[in-house]
Amino acid sequence: MTRWFPNGMPQPMANKESLPFWQAAAEHKLVVQRCNQCEHMQLPPSPICSECRCDDMHFHEVSGRGEVYTYTTIHRPIAMDQKVPFVVAVITLEGAGGVRMISNIVEIEPEELEIGMPVRVAWEDMSDEMAIPRFKRA
Amino acid sequence: MTANNRRAHIVGVGESEYAKWGKIGDVTEHALACKAILRAVADAGLTMDDVDGLASFAEDRNEGIFLAADLGIPELRFSNMVWMPGGGGGCAAVANAVMAVEAGQAEVVVVYRSLCQGQFFRFGQGGPPREDDGDNAPPPTVQQAPSPMMASLGFTMPYGLLNAAAAYALPTRRHMHLYGTTSEQLGMIAVTFREHASRNPRAVMGDRPLSLEDHQNSPMIADPHHLFDCCLESDGACAVVVTTAERARDLDKPSAEVLSTAQGAPKGYAFGPFSNANVADEIYATGACESMAKRLYAKAGVGPSDIDVAQIYDHFSGCVLMQLEDYGFCERGEGGPFIESGALAWKDGSLPTNTHGGSLSEAYIHGLNHVVEGVRSLRGDSTSPVENAEVCLVTSAACVPSSAVILGRSS
Repeated sequence: MTRWFPNGMPQPMANKESLPFWQAAAEHKLVVQRCNQCEHMQLPPSPICSECRCDDMHFHEVSGRGEVYTYTTIHRPIAMDQKVPFVVAVITLEGAGGVRMISNIVEIEPEELEIGMPVRVAWEDMSDEMAIPRFKRA
Repeated sequence: MTANNRRAHIVGVGESEYAKWGKIGDVTEHALACKAILRAVADAGLTMDDVDGLASFAEDRNEGIFLAADLGIPELRFSNMVWMPGGGGGCAAVANAVMAVEAGQAEVVVVYRSLCQGQFFRFGQGGPPREDDGDNAPPPTVQQAPSPMMASLGFTMPYGLLNAAAAYALPTRRHMHLYGTTSEQLGMIAVTFREHASRNPRAVMGDRPLSLEDHQNSPMIADPHHLFDCCLESDGACAVVVTTAERARDLDKPSAEVLSTAQGAPKGYAFGPFSNANVADEIYATGACESMAKRLYAKAGVGPSDIDVAQIYDHFSGCVLMQLEDYGFCERGEGGPFIESGALAWKDGSLPTNTHGGSLSEAYIHGLNHVVEGVRSLRGDSTSPVENAEVCLVTSAACVPSSAVILGRSS
C-alpha cells in the first residue's frame, strides 16, 4: 500500500455522530450524512439535520470524485519525517449536494494545483483499522 | 432604550509591556493581567475599589474570580467569559461589559486579555502534536473526541490542517481565484501596519522596517501566506474599563462612547474554515462578518463612510482584506485595489487602519489591543493620531465567529 504521510500525523478524533464516517473509511468507503426526511446532506456529521432539524439520518456513500474548491500548500512539517510542502485542499464532493471536505492532494507539484481541478479519492491505510481519504488528480 | 446616564463608555486603557513570544518568563501571565488591569483603572482615574466586574474571552486562563480576589475587588457583581473561538470574541467581551453596565448589573467592568504563549502552548498551534511521532510511532487509530469542537477538528487535523496560517489561507486563496487579489496587495497591508508601528514605542516590531520586497522574499508558511502575512506571537496583557456615562462625566480624561456592539456567525459556520469546509459558497471567501456589520452600523446609526479610523483584527493579511469588504469600505472583490489606493495608511489614507501597528506589528494580544488603540485614536493619544476622528470601528477576528464595536468621541 502506498503511504504518503508518516504515522505521527494527528489521529482523527470522533464522537458518536462522526465515528461511522471513520468506520466506513476503514473499509475505503467515503460517506456523507444524508437526511431521510429532506435528503439534505452534511459534513461533519451532526445529531440533527441542519435543514429540517430532524434526527433521522443515515450515512450515504459517495463516488469519491470531486473538484478542488480551494487549497493551500503548507511549508512546515506537522510530524517527523513528513515531506514538505504538502497540500491541504477543500474538495467539493460529486453527488453530495454540494458538501465539501478537507483533505490532502497527493502526488502533485504545488504549481500544478488549480481551483476547479477534478480529483478522486485515494485511500491511505494508516494501520489495520484506520484509513484516511486523500485525493489525487483525476 | 438605555437611559442616557447609563450609556456605556470606555474610560481607561492599560497594558503591560509587550514582548515577543516566550520573552516574558520572570512574570506570570496572571501577574501581567493584574498589571494591565491596574494600569487601565489608574488611566481612568478610578481605583480598584470602584471596580465590580470583569470580562474576558478566548478561554483566558486568568479567571475573573481569582483576579477579583487578587486585586481586592470589594464585591464582584459580574464575571463573564465569551464563548467564541480565539480572537473572535474580543469585542464581544466589551459587549458583555457594556450590557452589564447598561443593564445595571455592575458599575465599572474591566475587560482584559492576558496571553503569555511562551509559558503555555502556542495558541495558533491547533492540536497537541503526538509525542511519539516519526516512523517509529505506533499505528494510529481513531481517538475519542472530548467535545463537538474536537470531533469537528477530526475532519481537519488528520490532513495536517492544524494551524491558523493554513486554515485562513483557504478562503484567501479562493478570494484570489475569484477576484484576482494578489500577494503584493496582501503585502501592502503588512507594510502599512509596520509603518504605523514605527511611531509606537509599545510595538514589538516598531524598530524593524518592512518593505514590500521584504514581504515578498519572506518564507512561505502556507500559500498564499508569507511569514509577514501572519500576525506576531506575543507575551503581554491589556485591559479597558467600561462604565456609565454618568460616571464617565466625572472623570478627567475624555472617554469613548460605545455606539454599538455586535457579535455572531452565519448559518452553519461553526469554527469557519478552520473546522468546516461547508461554509456557504456566498460567504466562503469573506470574513463572514457582512450581516453582523449591517446590524452593527444600524444600531450605531452610522455607515462605513462615517468611520474616520479603523482597528481591524489582523491575524492574517487576507482576513483584513476580506473584512474591509464585509464592513462595506469597498465592494466585494475590490479589497485588493482598495488597499493599493493607500486607503489604510496614516495619515492621508481614506481609512487609516491599525494606527498602533496591529497584531502584525504591535503585538498579538488577541485584538483587545485594537480596542485599546480605538479608544486612544478618539481621545487623541494614539502615536499615529487621526485628526478630528469622531467614529472608530474596532473588529475582532474574522473567518471565525466574530464581534465588533463602534466607538464615538465623547462630546
